[in-house]
Amino acid sequence: MAYGVGKLSGMLVLSTALLAPAALRADDGIDERAALHVLNRLSFGPAPGDLAHVMQVGIERYIDEQLHPERLPIPEPLSRELASLDSASASPRELINQYREAQRAVRSEGEDAKALQRDLLHRVALEAGEARLLQALQSPRQLQEVMVDFWFNHFNVFAGKGLDRVLVESYEREAIRPYALGHFRDLLGATAHHPAMLFYLDNWLSVSPGFRLRGDARPTAKASGLNENYARELMELHTLGVDGGYDQHDVTELARMLTGWTFDPRTERGDALFVFDPRRHDNGDKTWLGRQVTAGGQAEGEWALDVLASQPATARHISYQLAQYFVADVPPPPLVERLAHRFLETDGDIRAVLASLFASKEFRHPAFQGAKFKTPYQYVLSSLRAAGRPVHNVSPLLGALNQLGMPLYGCLTPDGYKNTEEAWLSPDAVSRRIGFASALAGGRLALESTPGQGGGTMPATALAGGGAGSSREMREASVKGLPPVDATLLLTTLGSSISAKTRAVVAQSAPALRAALVLGSPDFMHH
Amino acid sequence: MLRRDFLKMAALGGAVLHPCGRAAIAARGAPGDAGAGRLVVVFLRGAVDGLSVVVPHGEPEYYRVRPTIALARPGGEDGVLDLDGHFGLHPALAPLLPYWQGGRLAFVHASGSPDPSRSHFDAQDYMESGTPGRKTTPDGWLNRLLGALPPVANPAPLRALGMGAVLPRALAGRQPVANLPLGDRATRPTLLDRPNVAQAFDRLYDNDDKLSRAYRESQRAHKEAMEALDPARLEQEMSAADNGAPPAAGFPGDAARLARLMRQDEGIQLAFMAVGGWDTHASQGAAKGQLAGRLQPLAQGLAELARGLGPRLDETQIVVMSEFGRTVRQNGNGGTDHGHGNVMWLLGGSIAGGKVHGRWPGLDSPALYEGRDLAVTTDFRDVLVTLCERHLRLADVRLAEVFPGFAGRGLPGLLKA
Repeated sequence: MAYGVGKLSGMLVLSTALLAPAALRADDGIDERAALHVLNRLSFGPAPGDLAHVMQVGIERYIDEQLHPERLPIPEPLSRELASLDSASASPRELINQYREAQRAVRSEGEDAKALQRDLLHRVALEAGEARLLQALQSPRQLQEVMVDFWFNHFNVFAGKGLDRVLVESYEREAIRPYALGHFRDLLGATAHHPAMLFYLDNWLSVSPGFRLRGDARPTAKASGLNENYARELMELHTLGVDGGYDQHDVTELARMLTGWTFDPRTERGDALFVFDPRRHDNGDKTWLGRQVTAGGQAEGEWALDVLASQPATARHISYQLAQYFVADVPPPPLVERLAHRFLETDGDIRAVLASLFASKEFRHPAFQGAKFKTPYQYVLSSLRAAGRPVHNVSPLLGALNQLGMPLYGCLTPDGYKNTEEAWLSPDAVSRRIGFASALAGGRLALESTPGQGGGTMPATALAGGGAGSSREMREASVKGLPPVDATLLLTTLGSSISAKTRAVVAQSAPALRAALVLGSPDFMHH
Repeated sequence: MLRRDFLKMAALGGAVLHPCGRAAIAARGAPGDAGAGRLVVVFLRGAVDGLSVVVPHGEPEYYRVRPTIALARPGGEDGVLDLDGHFGLHPALAPLLPYWQGGRLAFVHASGSPDPSRSHFDAQDYMESGTPGRKTTPDGWLNRLLGALPPVANPAPLRALGMGAVLPRALAGRQPVANLPLGDRATRPTLLDRPNVAQAFDRLYDNDDKLSRAYRESQRAHKEAMEALDPARLEQEMSAADNGAPPAAGFPGDAARLARLMRQDEGIQLAFMAVGGWDTHASQGAAKGQLAGRLQPLAQGLAELARGLGPRLDETQIVVMSEFGRTVRQNGNGGTDHGHGNVMWLLGGSIAGGKVHGRWPGLDSPALYEGRDLAVTTDFRDVLVTLCERHLRLADVRLAEVFPGFAGRGLPGLLKA
């Protein structure tokens, strides 16, 4: 390919900046790689200025900042956007009623009502996506946002199942985010009482044998016996873990203890929709995990959560998952043991467990720097943050997550999305990520337009595998989009996490391609 | 959350072929050896009304409980196309009648899932995971089937293929599979088709680690699809073999495209397509109307697929299935609600055609499931097990991997002796 003299000399000037990856050491001896490591794992990747900040305040101070999100003010523009989202969105009670009304209309009126129902669901999904993604991208409380991702997957609900379509946003806001760095028992309790979980794992249908609804107008009167789904996942996924020392008998008994835990949008008790319905509760005697359980109504379930939250098996299970998320796909067993110990001695204080994790020699070990393969969620967020792109319209990002196989709130199974390389590394993943990188780098994602417009919910054009689509589409898109991402700034932001080899290829490529190469590089697929 | 609607999927499709799944490096692919069985699954999302597909016109009860949406008896105006004196085919499915007459089309009535769920989400999930009642199964039955098929020498990235915007649950899992967008997006060139761009990325991904190998695999699969779907070649083929172009949009076009791909690429052994829009709670219609309007292109597409496969139809078993059936009795809005038993359609392959298989439980009240729905007398897995075992020649021991925990032995007489 022939370049004019002007282009060539321009490239040579640029290359000096591009080829300067040498890890900087600040005067007090902070290793740039170590600084990047904490940024990569405690946040969704460095944004412009982040690396300089950590180099300045030091790694310990940065970790401490992140462990205390309440001390970090939310910047004015973000809090304004969140406030307007908050005032625009309906309460869970209103949403449930709107959803059921729409369902009834579909049954009786057909196609027109279907369009209205679609509009409702589209609006609700977009609001949930905005609340999640704007905070994940722009909040200075990055570790809290990272933990929201972690805990949502741990206590996963699927937005494609019935009522949960309209409940995921409140589930995250009320049951996950406030407890992301709090005590495990509080988090467990909040998820157990939330209608999104009660609906998703069918506990609202679980009733004492022989229970009959009498003239009860509660929707879909299908409650016809014990449903073990929630009880099973509560032990297998949420607390003890699959090898946590329980058997089928314990599942059945726990399900019996949880009968009557349901929700009612007509309830007048404040904001919470949870109700305990004693008529549905199985008051018989039970034996569970080797313990005698005497009849106690709702208290049986509350006590069961206490027991589960304080089990050593739970401490190990949560610790393993945290270490896998923050350190390595196969975490070092001694680290897991130490974290489990910390979990038990602090009564499941998540902040304390994380402090131990981040201080551990395993977390700090250079071998684990850049060792995790990003999930699509981490990949998309870190790309946006590195590019320093302002986002007002999250639709292209929701579309990108769909295309990359990780739709937001779209994991069907209760075990949530995995965060391991084995789960995400595939030929499809690589080519689609490169497609996304080039669309973002070329300014072809409509991130600034009004939400729900311009970008569409699926940026099919932008994500055309390799990315560019036809030349006609590229012209159209560049008119609507943003200026291309500046590769030099990108490389400064990402520092030595981009290797010398990648920098060399970038420097030798056409300027228009450079940012796409950085974001689509093997280095940036990892963190 | 959006309905998984076929048209929407078509509209939202990505633009290039991507192999999905993990460990795509494993040496698997082209079966190559002639006569290896192939399987195409067409999933009707939203629960199609099976009683309007294969109509029990011999049952007075059918006409009693469906006063305005029943299809007329054969011979009448807009009547069903008689199959065997008891059942008849919806008139919109006329394009498929020649296959019935030629012994290439069969049905299994009163089939479905043993799980009682009437939730679209749960029921589709169970049917695609192949494990009714179990929510934590991580992979789909087609993906496990791919892993259980005898390995072959030459890796072919397209051995298992999904068509649609996203990878279907049935194909998700450890085995590498390909996903092909619908419509003309399948052949749209990408940035990586430009030599200078590909060259730069090739250099970034020139290591021997998993990531670099995955990158090279994706490039290879993309080239293979572009070649198979080369527009110039397609045009030539269409005028020669297809006697005119297929309709521009929707299922018939995509079915014809799949046929062409399968004819050209012998390595494709499993394929999955989904078609939506069957949730007819209101104004379902009868010989004309909403449901008929959707059955018509479906039949046309299936006929395109069969015709496009030509002599390959013998080795290709096409299965049409849906998550559950609909209520026997029509509701107050001229529609039907979520039910239980349904009908599975079987076209081509080794099927013993011209027959409605399974045990028909009847529509009289005592025979109904929970007093309202067609009962399930054949587990859908019995049908699939039969196809896996006999048509795909899967060893007994591997069957348990595809349908773990299922003890059924298949459906006798389903395939040609």
